[in-house]
Amino acid sequence: MTRASFLVRTIAVAAVVAISGVGGRAAAVAPLKIVATTTDLAALAREVGGDKVTVTALAAGRQDPHQVEAKPSFIGLVSQADLLIAVGRELEIGWLPVLQTNSRNPKVQVGASGYLDASLNVKILEIPTGQLTRAMGDVHPQGNPHYWLDPNNGRLIAQSIRAKLQELMPADRAYFDQRYADFDKRLAVAEKRWDAALAPYKGTKLVTYHRSWPNFMERWGLDVIGYVEPRPGIPAPPSHIIELVAEMKRQGAKIIVVEPYWSPKTPESIAGRAEGRVLVLAPSVGGAEGVTDYIGLFDYDVTHLADALKQTTGR
Amino acid sequence: MVRIRICLSVVSALCASALSAAPALAQTPPPASKPAATAKVDVAQVKDELDRLRREFDAMRRAYDERLAALEAKLTMAGETPAAGPAVVETAAPVAPPASTSTVVAPQDPAPPAPQPSAVPAGSSKVFNPDMSVNGNFVGVAGQNPFATLPALQLTEVEAAFQAVVDPYARADFFLSASPQGLEVEEGYITFTSLPAHLQLKVGKMRAQFGKMNTLHTHGLPSVDRPLVTGNLVGGEEGISEPGMSISHLINNPALFLELVGEVYSPTGSVFEGAKRSALLYVGRVHGYRDVTDSMNVDFGSSVAYGPATVNVDEPPPPGTTFQTTDLNKRLVGVDATFRYRPLERAIYRRFNVRTEFIWSRQEMPTEAAQEAFGFYVSGEYQFARRWFVGARGDRSGRALDGAAIDNGGAAFLTFWPTEFSQIRTEYRNIRFAGGERANEFLFQFNFSIGAHGAHAF
Repeated sequence: MTRASFLVRTIAVAAVVAISGVGGRAAAVAPLKIVATTTDLAALAREVGGDKVTVTALAAGRQDPHQVEAKPSFIGLVSQADLLIAVGRELEIGWLPVLQTNSRNPKVQVGASGYLDASLNVKILEIPTGQLTRAMGDVHPQGNPHYWLDPNNGRLIAQSIRAKLQELMPADRAYFDQRYADFDKRLAVAEKRWDAALAPYKGTKLVTYHRSWPNFMERWGLDVIGYVEPRPGIPAPPSHIIELVAEMKRQGAKIIVVEPYWSPKTPESIAGRAEGRVLVLAPSVGGAEGVTDYIGLFDYDVTHLADALKQTTGR
Repeated sequence: MVRIRICLSVVSALCASALSAAPALAQTPPPASKPAATAKVDVAQVKDELDRLRREFDAMRRAYDERLAALEAKLTMAGETPAAGPAVVETAAPVAPPASTSTVVAPQDPAPPAPQPSAVPAGSSKVFNPDMSVNGNFVGVAGQNPFATLPALQLTEVEAAFQAVVDPYARADFFLSASPQGLEVEEGYITFTSLPAHLQLKVGKMRAQFGKMNTLHTHGLPSVDRPLVTGNLVGGEEGISEPGMSISHLINNPALFLELVGEVYSPTGSVFEGAKRSALLYVGRVHGYRDVTDSMNVDFGSSVAYGPATVNVDEPPPPGTTFQTTDLNKRLVGVDATFRYRPLERAIYRRFNVRTEFIWSRQEMPTEAAQEAFGFYVSGEYQFARRWFVGARGDRSGRALDGAAIDNGGAAFLTFWPTEFSQIRTEYRNIRFAGGERANEFLFQFNFSIGAHGAHAF
């Protein structure tokens, strides 16, 4: 064998090995990389995507989603994402645009196929009307962004994620349908459980710290009569505390619902004077010990709220 | 909710019908005051009118009943039942299906609520207006400073920002700055976001990626003033902000965020200035970052800037004559590091940052050996309550044209943030200049913004 023919054969063998390697990699399609801005969207993406996707959440469940920082490590995550799912309604306005721009990832820019605003097909409450000014506090002009706290909105978000995944991975259409149907079924069963737990307390009055719970409270017919914050993002002055205590006493509200990222000091002071109690609920998946998925989030919140309502109302 | 809305619509429709019928009824005179034949005619007319109204009302009621039933069915399917029959769900994608699919949406699909409106109607041209905001910076100063030019009270800067996406490939940012020195484009650049290989290109006028402090706008500073080394070696408030191009590359790896930046500018500022067209400023930066924990991280970088500078030298003879030499080479080298602590669960109430920058300058001189100067600062800031921050800074820096002349200083500051759109800050500053002069100053600052909510700098 001449040196030339040996070289040709070696190259041919190497080419065959390389091509077969490429073919092997192509056959095993890599999971779609999803980055979600919150743990709730990440949990829903896992429900629908199953093992066809890898999912990472940027904000932690026990973190105020308004206060997330545009850390360079997040830029690294977004730069590698095939799909970016955002809460929208300006919840992430202080940090997500920086991440998108600096990610250098054309797939996840607003309007691109790898960007999904989860708010577009859900029920949004508190869309302001009339003139808006910052004197109203840190208002969200496009409505309250805490909409995932209604399980039916969770269902609608999951539908949006399913449609987006089917668009990006059409070969797995049936798989995502099956995953969604399974989630929908489990959610429907859980909803009956939650409805039964909170039905006795329909119309009960309570107070929340921030306007994080309108969808949750509306879903189960609970009546929020006031907020610890006089306006979104504005700490309570003494005059507001006095008024809120008086209002709680007048209307018989005994519970103040607080997210884990707020200091309990002011709510506890108010609750003490109004002969009520503070109840810390999880606003997101990961917001409390053991809350690891979307249905678990409502299991935790509904159970704790029902217990607290039972104690305070005697029903 | 839908049901209530529909009921209200029905009621209002009925009211409208009743009101429209009211004039006809009102025009019907009392029968007793009319002759019998006329009365018969009037009664017939009234009957006809009543029949017509009844028919209209029945038709309207049927129409509303049908719409109500259809909407209730949709609402039930969307919100209160478990998964509908598999065939229905499979074709029921509520959001836009892939363009390639041709599935027909079944009428029983679980329908989501109608798309929620945004603040601006989709048909309005205003939706394409850029995000606009204006920031005002008011500074007051009291005390002694032999070299200070700042008056007791001054609106030092008004910055207007216009930011928007240009097209699917780029976004643009403009920052116009009005100050007692005049109106200028502080920054104005396009950023290409869709380049391959994790590249990003910026073209326009912008602050060079040299260190940390040079990239910050006034309202992003943790103190009223900038560190001494920034003023002595990097151009102070104006900084290195030039027309040019910047390309950066992200090196993705799980251990470390790594960014490489290369920039070229046509320098016209106070730090670098080129008389010839070919005299360009080159800036390079390596930027690293790593999360230590969820609440702690370190950020570090190294920067180099090399380009032409103009040097003014007072040199006899004759006394008082100024010699200006252009296109002398200048080199700046910087190293910076930042440590941040911000507990996730108490991010609203607590944070601690400590930052340092070391900068070396080498400036060619017209008649003597190159001047080398060095300076640094160390600053820390601690948030001790939801709206309160306290901080301190230590400064030491030589001067660009006289490296042996060392200025030393320190500052302490207290900041109150009523909201994220305004801040009130006080600062005590002490400087011991190289010639022995001292500055003891008390500064205060009101910084305030209106308009769109901008992204927070990290």
